[in-house]
Amino acid sequence: MAPAIELRGVTKRFLTPSGAIHTALRDLNMAVEPGEFCAVVGPTGCGKSTTLALISGLEPASEGEVDVFGKPVDGIEDGIGYVFQADAVFPWKTVLENVAAGPRYKGTSNRDALERARDWISRVGLSGFEDRYPYQLSGGMRKRVALAQSLINGPRILLMDEPFSALDVQTRSLMENELLALWAASSASVVFVTHDLEEAISLSDRVFVITAGPGTVKSTYKVDLPRPRNVAEIRFQPRFAEIYEEIWKDLKDEVLVSYERQKRSGAA
Amino acid sequence: MNGRSAAARLSVHMSARTEQAGAPVSDLAERRKRDARRRRLTVNALRVLVGVVILGSWELTTRLGWVDVFFWSQPSAIAAKLWLWITQGTDLGPLWEQVLVTMEETVGGFVVGSILGVIFGVALGRSRLLSDVLGVYIKGANAIPRVVLGALFAVALGLDIRAKIATAAVLVFFVVFFNAFQGVREVDRNLIANARILGASDRQLTTEILIPSALSWIVASLHTSFGLALVGAVVGELFGATQGLGELIYSAKNNFDTAGVFAGMALLAAMALVAEALITALENRLIKWRPPVATETRI
Repeated sequence: MAPAIELRGVTKRFLTPSGAIHTALRDLNMAVEPGEFCAVVGPTGCGKSTTLALISGLEPASEGEVDVFGKPVDGIEDGIGYVFQADAVFPWKTVLENVAAGPRYKGTSNRDALERARDWISRVGLSGFEDRYPYQLSGGMRKRVALAQSLINGPRILLMDEPFSALDVQTRSLMENELLALWAASSASVVFVTHDLEEAISLSDRVFVITAGPGTVKSTYKVDLPRPRNVAEIRFQPRFAEIYEEIWKDLKDEVLVSYERQKRSGAA
Repeated sequence: MNGRSAAARLSVHMSARTEQAGAPVSDLAERRKRDARRRRLTVNALRVLVGVVILGSWELTTRLGWVDVFFWSQPSAIAAKLWLWITQGTDLGPLWEQVLVTMEETVGGFVVGSILGVIFGVALGRSRLLSDVLGVYIKGANAIPRVVLGALFAVALGLDIRAKIATAAVLVFFVVFFNAFQGVREVDRNLIANARILGASDRQLTTEILIPSALSWIVASLHTSFGLALVGAVVGELFGATQGLGELIYSAKNNFDTAGVFAGMALLAAMALVAEALITALENRLIKWRPPVATETRI
């Protein structure tokens, strides 16, 4: 069976506003199995988000191949959900309209779309808030809307770009548990980008460590912690600490490289 | 005075304590409501006072002969003129007809200009090629003083309402256009990416993301552009008309009737204020998803 996502020798270059060429990713190889939950960690600016943009089809690769379910990615295709780091729910739509947007765009009748949206709103625990506008919700609630908005389309691949980084610690671990429950009920593959190693280990089956930019996969670690997991408690397991230490040794060097670079560019 | 401020201090002090002690919320709400009422009353009283001072000193200085009534008129003469117009009609016919004509021209120009402005603004905001090609012409057209086009329209379209609507529309168009254009350009990239991932087509992207997002810019521009539509209608009338407030002012000027000029101006100001209130109501309806302004949420 073909992997759900496969990146082979992928390089991505951007033209900076000043006209220089910036290489975000260099010769990156990565494969995600169907139904697998993968986390991608790396220092700031290593091209983690770029990886997601390539898989989603929002950006084309400069070199190399990006396959989704055995087919080369060419533009945005069905079956992909994307939860953005910043708030990307539509501020002029109510919660209900936001969640119903996906099915409506895909041609579902308005009534069916709203009905399915109600169902998903209750699944993410927002019943009673259908008619609120995003500005009336807390950050955590807006993330729930974003999750429902993505999941209602039944994605086979869910891309998440530091989705919980703006939340407070308690809300964050609540949301992480709910994400795991929702993921378990689906058969989606998840690529979860984060800079938080603890979050990466407690959620995922596999962790990819990306080097300081231009990013490429430095190493891959299997997380053999049992499921179902409670992210708030799994951190106390001895095995968790072992895995953390192992990955951190690897990640630390990259973080230091990136930090030194930032300091230098700050001084210049 | 001293006693009252001491009492006020005391009440503030006490209320601070009761708030801490968790006094019934209804008391607090009641007090805040009373404060708000008092504030509104003060504002209204001060408004009246400012009006009385301005009009009173105008009346006084003209009566004392410090300012020439012939050139600057005076409030009582203007009021008398307005009353005369209302009760006996103007030289051009009943007053309400003049108001109605100017209103039609203004609203017509406002609607035509706004619609064209939104269409062009969104189209150019969407398409890089269009904006690169047409941008320079639009900027150029914007740079010329467009009211002179009123003269052209008066010749080409004649003395009827179309010439005035065209003049008003030209003035409105550019304001709305630039705001719609900017509004579309400034749409959050994340929202576009999200909509595209969720499956929005190009058309849906325009109607569901770009236009709603640009709407707050567009509506904000309507406040300015209604005033401009009024300018366009009045200038259009100056270039040749048989009816309307602009024509009324023009004929008053020709008769050295400064009270008539001021009376016409007062009517235009009243129209603009009413329209402003209507646009604000429209704004609140269209953009109800926006968080209310901080001063409004203060209890």
